Amino acid sequence: MNAPVYIVDGARTPFLKSKNTPGPFAASDLAVQAGRALLLRQPFAPSDLDEVILGCASPSPDEVNIGRVLALRLGCGDKVPGWTVMRNCASGMQALDSAIANIQCGRSQLVLAGGTDALSRAPLLFSDAMVQWLSGWYATKTVGQKLAALRGFRLGFLAPVLGIVKGLTDPVVGLMMGQTAENLAWKFGISRRTMDEFSAESHLRVTAGRAAGHYGEIVPLVDSKGNVYAEDDGVRTDSTPDKLGKLRPVFDKPYGSVTAGNSSQITDGAALLLLASEEAVKRWNLKPLGQITDSEWAGLDPAQMGLGPVHASTPILQRHGLGLNDVDAWEINEAFAAQVLGCLAAWEDETYCKEQLGLDKAMGTLDRSKLNADGGAIALGHPVGASGARIVLHVLHRLQSGQKGIATICIGGGLGGAMLVEKS
Amino acid sequence: MNLNHWKLERDADGIAWATLDKAGASTNILSADVLVELAQLLDECDREPPKGLIFRSGKAAGFIAGADIEEFARLDSAESARALVARGWDLYNRLAAVRYPTLALVRGHCMGGGTELSLACRYIVAVDEPSTKMALPEVMLGIFPGWGGMKRLPERVSPPEALDMMLSGRNIDARKAKRMGLADECAPPRVADATARGLLLSGRPRKSRPLLHRLMNGPLKFFVASQARKQVAKRARPEHYPAPYAIIDCWAKHNGNALASPEFVDSIVRSATAKNLVRVFFLQDRLKAFGKESAVAARHLHVVGAGVMGGDIAAVAAMRGLTVTLQDQSLERVAAAIGRASKLYERRIKDKLLRRSALDRLIPDPEGHGAARADVVIEAIFEDLEAKRDLLAALEAKMKPDAVLASNTSSLRLEDIATTMKNPARLVGIHFFNPVAMMPLVEVVEAKGADPEMLARAAAFVRQIDKLPLPVKSAPGFLVNAVLGPYMLEAMRCVDEGITAETVDEAMLAFGMPMGPIELADTVGLDIAFAAGKQLAEGAEPPRCLAERVGRNDLGKKTGKGFYVWTNGKPAKATAERVEPGLANRLVTPLIDRTRALVDAGIVADADLADAGVIFGTGFAPFTGGPLQYARDQKRS
Repeated sequence: MNAPVYIVDGARTPFLKSKNTPGPFAASDLAVQAGRALLLRQPFAPSDLDEVILGCASPSPDEVNIGRVLALRLGCGDKVPGWTVMRNCASGMQALDSAIANIQCGRSQLVLAGGTDALSRAPLLFSDAMVQWLSGWYATKTVGQKLAALRGFRLGFLAPVLGIVKGLTDPVVGLMMGQTAENLAWKFGISRRTMDEFSAESHLRVTAGRAAGHYGEIVPLVDSKGNVYAEDDGVRTDSTPDKLGKLRPVFDKPYGSVTAGNSSQITDGAALLLLASEEAVKRWNLKPLGQITDSEWAGLDPAQMGLGPVHASTPILQRHGLGLNDVDAWEINEAFAAQVLGCLAAWEDETYCKEQLGLDKAMGTLDRSKLNADGGAIALGHPVGASGARIVLHVLHRLQSGQKGIATICIGGGLGGAMLVEKS
Repeated sequence: MNLNHWKLERDADGIAWATLDKAGASTNILSADVLVELAQLLDECDREPPKGLIFRSGKAAGFIAGADIEEFARLDSAESARALVARGWDLYNRLAAVRYPTLALVRGHCMGGGTELSLACRYIVAVDEPSTKMALPEVMLGIFPGWGGMKRLPERVSPPEALDMMLSGRNIDARKAKRMGLADECAPPRVADATARGLLLSGRPRKSRPLLHRLMNGPLKFFVASQARKQVAKRARPEHYPAPYAIIDCWAKHNGNALASPEFVDSIVRSATAKNLVRVFFLQDRLKAFGKESAVAARHLHVVGAGVMGGDIAAVAAMRGLTVTLQDQSLERVAAAIGRASKLYERRIKDKLLRRSALDRLIPDPEGHGAARADVVIEAIFEDLEAKRDLLAALEAKMKPDAVLASNTSSLRLEDIATTMKNPARLVGIHFFNPVAMMPLVEVVEAKGADPEMLARAAAFVRQIDKLPLPVKSAPGFLVNAVLGPYMLEAMRCVDEGITAETVDEAMLAFGMPMGPIELADTVGLDIAFAAGKQLAEGAEPPRCLAERVGRNDLGKKTGKGFYVWTNGKPAKATAERVEPGLANRLVTPLIDRTRALVDAGIVADADLADAGVIFGTGFAPFTGGPLQYARDQKRS
């Protein structure tokens, strides 16, 4: 039996949809604003933390060890180590898992962990051809050489490469993430209409969740011009399947079915949690929200990465002798509607469960009311590094005392991550 | 050789290092004995010339803070004034003429005579640190840089820049010093010594100056001087502040040698303006000393109320390194305050990362968690007795037992708002002036029975954020607002009598005020002036012109119309009529009388502090030395 790990508290920024221009906050700005509000309400000082661990899939070149940047900017002082983890879409969940490991082995008592990403600030890169040309240009010494180099220049070299597209393309099988979702739609026969219905439902659930006060986890952002960003701004309260049905597919053009409307949004945001050992809880007289009782990572075919949650959470269920509906609340990160629906279909598919999960029958049907009850990334957005931490925090907020929840996420490159939490 | 203040060491390369570490002082000042020893040091170098001579400081605080102002204040004759100027002028000329190379290694503050010492060296290396600041601030004391500054600075940097530096007294940081050619190198501390050594032994001639600079220091001098006179005229009238005009003339006519014109030194150095400005300088030190009565340094400030005052207090404190939580029921107001802070930091903090740190330290706190952590809590909410009572009681319950609890109230009695507190003795007033970032004075208000330790901590906090604390007793309007009231009231009575607002304002501008009383009323807000007037006037009728405007809701700058029509933050003023002689005197008399009455009533401890408070709190013409000093001088003449 491992030592218990407590979630003391958590906070996140609103998720701000990318408007095709660099957003108002750098990734570290986002984490700082969530982190300082979170730390302010604790009975201990930032310098009492043992470490800060931050997941970030695309830290900008000037803050690659963004975890350390965060620790220093939060006023933790020189002596609190800060580091950064990267597991693509589960970077924030990886940060939590790394904190758990350090707490359980006794290295740390009190850890600030989570994730952040400012995808709107993903860089534009020079093309390989431009880089080649530039390196030649820098090597020229004489006027003749310079003229020769200029003659070799082509305007096409200037076409930038979108960093975000590179980041969202599988480097081994070469598929864009949206294309892996098309694979799942094809494999399980998920229709475009079903995806759009799921997506509209996500928006409606967020709208209802807000009205019911289920988004207390949000700390408003304030920019240096004095503007307030209080809510996730990608949510469409008037979304309907019919409206979504009008969008054109973006990945497998023109006859695919994955659109911008039934995919998660490209977004900036940060989510942070405070994790503590039993000793720290006693020392500071903390009132934890709950515990993380188990976690699991799994690998699968990168071309079907969207089924990662099935592979990561099934072993947890088995270890704890739980069926799908014995868990009181589920968060499956909504990278794509086809991908979440694919996970549900996989659990219902006897062949898949037998062949891929080694079960002797299908897992069954997950009660949809337990799943993403307050909506998900299709409406809120998916600031890659932050999402894994957000769903762990949110599932905990949805539970009653003594209840169990699972937060699970698919990961580009063919991985899945899952965490089992229990409300105190 | 036996030196008290200097240390002269020769290293293996034959370089002589002259380290100034003034005995018995925390900062280096160039008192007479320090200069005598400097001459001895040069004698020693004459006897055995070094490969080069480097001046540096042995103090952590900085390089050299300038001449000894106390010696200056003691000057009692034209001869002694001349002798003081000659002492430095001759010695620095001697230094400038030595045959071996010389270098000033400037780290930290380098003011006045320190900058002139550096200018007499062949090379200057400025250490690249935020604390490194070079300046010739003599003009702020009503005098001039007479130890060679007026001669050598325009020879080293572009003459217009040199004049600007001498006429404004402005600080130049290490990077700027290098950019403008004042310093030859700007080096980080880690390579400062190596840079000094390398440059000294390089044999490198000083960079030749652009032709234009040489022309401006030669044939074009008079043109440059007349431009500079025009610039100065916008800021200071010659009858109030003769020194800047004297600096320009001395450079243009005498190549910076103040001794060339015998009557010149005395007319400036022993002028009433210089005497009063030096007095103000010492008064400023007296105010600063109030901050030293407690050694407790605050780390966290919590401010409740993110309006103009609260928001700006928070912004200034975060800029000075404190962690600040800013609480308000409206997050939008907190955000607006952060927007204003960000603009302030753009102006005041050059380094982008330091600017970001300041903003990181300014934390929106709508739920008020910061109160429990803070070392100082200031309430700056709207002036409502019940609201403040509830708030203070709630804050007291949350706060650390030894934290300072303060109110920024200007119109309510501290004794009244403390009634709901468990320990009312704990409450102090920390009263700021608008705009907080600009106004140097903060009144630290003592209510009846207040805890002296809390007052001392409050004053220390005020110093920590680089403001000047003035202890005052709790009374309506404290010092500053109480003396402004009758002054502005009298100004409005003049308007009631038919004198135009422009004329009233011009009378006081000519007197030396930074802003006329009517424009001041418009800026403060006529509703606020009306309410304050009622509180302070003890039943007297408010001026008709004020009551009418308040009745029409013409409240001044904020509504775009008051006594003046305001566009883009500026009043449209007609030309003033001829100012009747005696008008300024009529206007300033109620201010002087009230100041004296407040001293007599013990609201402020003594007349000198009252003068300091009125100068730093209202901008009252500093060259007069303050209202009471002015009244004394008037009586005498």
